Amino acid sequence: MLAHIPILIVVLPLVIAPVCLLFRSPEISKLLATIVSLFCVVGSLFLLDITFSGTIINYELGAWEPPWGIEYKIGLLGALIATIVSIIGFACVVFSITYNKHEIHEERSNKFYALLLLCLSGLLGMIMTNDIFNLFVFLEISSLSSYALVASSQKPKALWAAYRYLIAGTIGATFILLSIGMLYMMTGTLNMDDISSRLPDVHSSATTQAAFAFLTVGLSLKVALFPLHFWLPGAYTYAPSPISAFLAGTTTKVSLYVFIKFFFSLFGTELTFNEINFEYIMGPLSAAAIILASLSAIYQTNIKRMLAYSSIAQLGYMTLGISMATKEGLSASIIHLTQHAFAKSALFLALGCVIFKLGSANLDNLKGLGRRMPITTAAIIVGGLSMIGIPLTGGFISKWYLIQAAMGADLWLYAVTIVLGSVLALVYVGRVVELAFFKSSDEQLQLGEAPIALQAPVWLLLIANIYLGIFPDSIISVARYIAEGLF
Amino acid sequence: MQIFNIASEINYYWGVIILMMIGFYIVIGHSNLIKKLVGLSIFQSAIFIFFILMSKVDGGTAPILAEEYNIYSNPLPHVLILTAIVVSIATTSLALALVVRIREEFKTIDEKAILEINDDEF
Repeated sequence: MLAHIPILIVVLPLVIAPVCLLFRSPEISKLLATIVSLFCVVGSLFLLDITFSGTIINYELGAWEPPWGIEYKIGLLGALIATIVSIIGFACVVFSITYNKHEIHEERSNKFYALLLLCLSGLLGMIMTNDIFNLFVFLEISSLSSYALVASSQKPKALWAAYRYLIAGTIGATFILLSIGMLYMMTGTLNMDDISSRLPDVHSSATTQAAFAFLTVGLSLKVALFPLHFWLPGAYTYAPSPISAFLAGTTTKVSLYVFIKFFFSLFGTELTFNEINFEYIMGPLSAAAIILASLSAIYQTNIKRMLAYSSIAQLGYMTLGISMATKEGLSASIIHLTQHAFAKSALFLALGCVIFKLGSANLDNLKGLGRRMPITTAAIIVGGLSMIGIPLTGGFISKWYLIQAAMGADLWLYAVTIVLGSVLALVYVGRVVELAFFKSSDEQLQLGEAPIALQAPVWLLLIANIYLGIFPDSIISVARYIAEGLF
Repeated sequence: MQIFNIASEINYYWGVIILMMIGFYIVIGHSNLIKKLVGLSIFQSAIFIFFILMSKVDGGTAPILAEEYNIYSNPLPHVLILTAIVVSIATTSLALALVVRIREEFKTIDEKAILEINDDEF
């Protein structure tokens, strides 16, 4: 049983999703979704525990040996991302149980959970698999279900946002498929290990370089790397809050994991940084993402939209760390990915609490929020402080290491960009704090706090973030170990 | 047989590139949501044809076990593309369902008209 954990945490949500549809009862699907997502948390923690000592788990599907069968391969980074994804998945499922009455028809909620489980399954599959075509299939499973999840909101604008997300996502996935075809053409295998051992012979071939280019564009669309981020603000703003939180914490992060896996292990650092000089494209674009997306965030009147732009900026920090092409940069990027996934999901869930009580997430609604909903406001502020990078939050640790890495690589402009991005984050988070505490509401409504069932998942994620901020040793050593292995 | 000789001399990969660009242009250039999806399907089909082309081995037959044939085309890309076609059908049907819902809500399937209704930026 334990040896089959890698496949079980992918297959179980996949199998339970249609079961949720069959039962039609909202109660049973809620129960099933909670149990399955909890199982994924336990399973991925178990994988993290095994890989923590440096073991790499190889699992052959159906006992077919790798070149013929599909192989699952989980290293420490994979287990770390799987843990993040399943914890956020669990928190979002728990949150949606109470929240959904607000945004989704009760009779449709079994479909909602089926889609959520499918998306979780697809994301975990993307992390586990070591076969590039299998990766494409899981990518499409997770993407298709997330388009439908974005559209599951009752707002008409969500439909249009989902359509745009679908067009962008499909173009991205098709580019990735084309690149997979070219890689197969050059190496004659779909197994990532085999490809990476055969690619060095054909580095100079135009086909390999075209495959690299198509993969970069396709994955950048999925990661929402500036300037291919246009689908993200709409999708995050109009999706139901638990889905915004789930997508913000998982889809872009898993795509970023695939990014790291392809460029560091599959193509290899030699091709990526020495021959193609990938950092010259990626670095300036990431810096632009940090500055421009943070500036856009400042001008938003809808807080969900503001957080979506802030997500683009934060993704910029992660790609900036990667584009430094040093071990320190990569490990800082991994720390940032981990803490930001928790912080941003917690923020979207906390906004969900506000929407649950007050109806919408406009700036006006935040006036006097500190007195109406003190615990939720505290959650928003803690999450916001992590965006800025204040000590004792996870954001401080990752920004500290990002700046150190930038200085270590003599990239002073990048260090300045990171500091400037933090200042801009201070402005947009500060605006929320100002409204919540120093402005009083026009209408003197005394609304109470959101129910505990909504508060608990928010604080679960925030505590994970604060833990990383106060006891950073474990995540730093894990990130360093991963970066050592990839360079 | 003249026509077969000409057919074998054409580089079919150009066809893939032309189809891809036609599809991609329709996705970007047209404001009708259904036409965008048609473009998306053409775009995806171009990639499928690319996979099929790449599996062809010169002088190879279908991959069957028979004594008189030794060279055969690679069957694996065909299998992969079967999966990709299923994915493409799922994508198109989901997108069409979304367009139906968009038409119910906005009473139009024209991108510009929808953007005018939603005056805030998307």
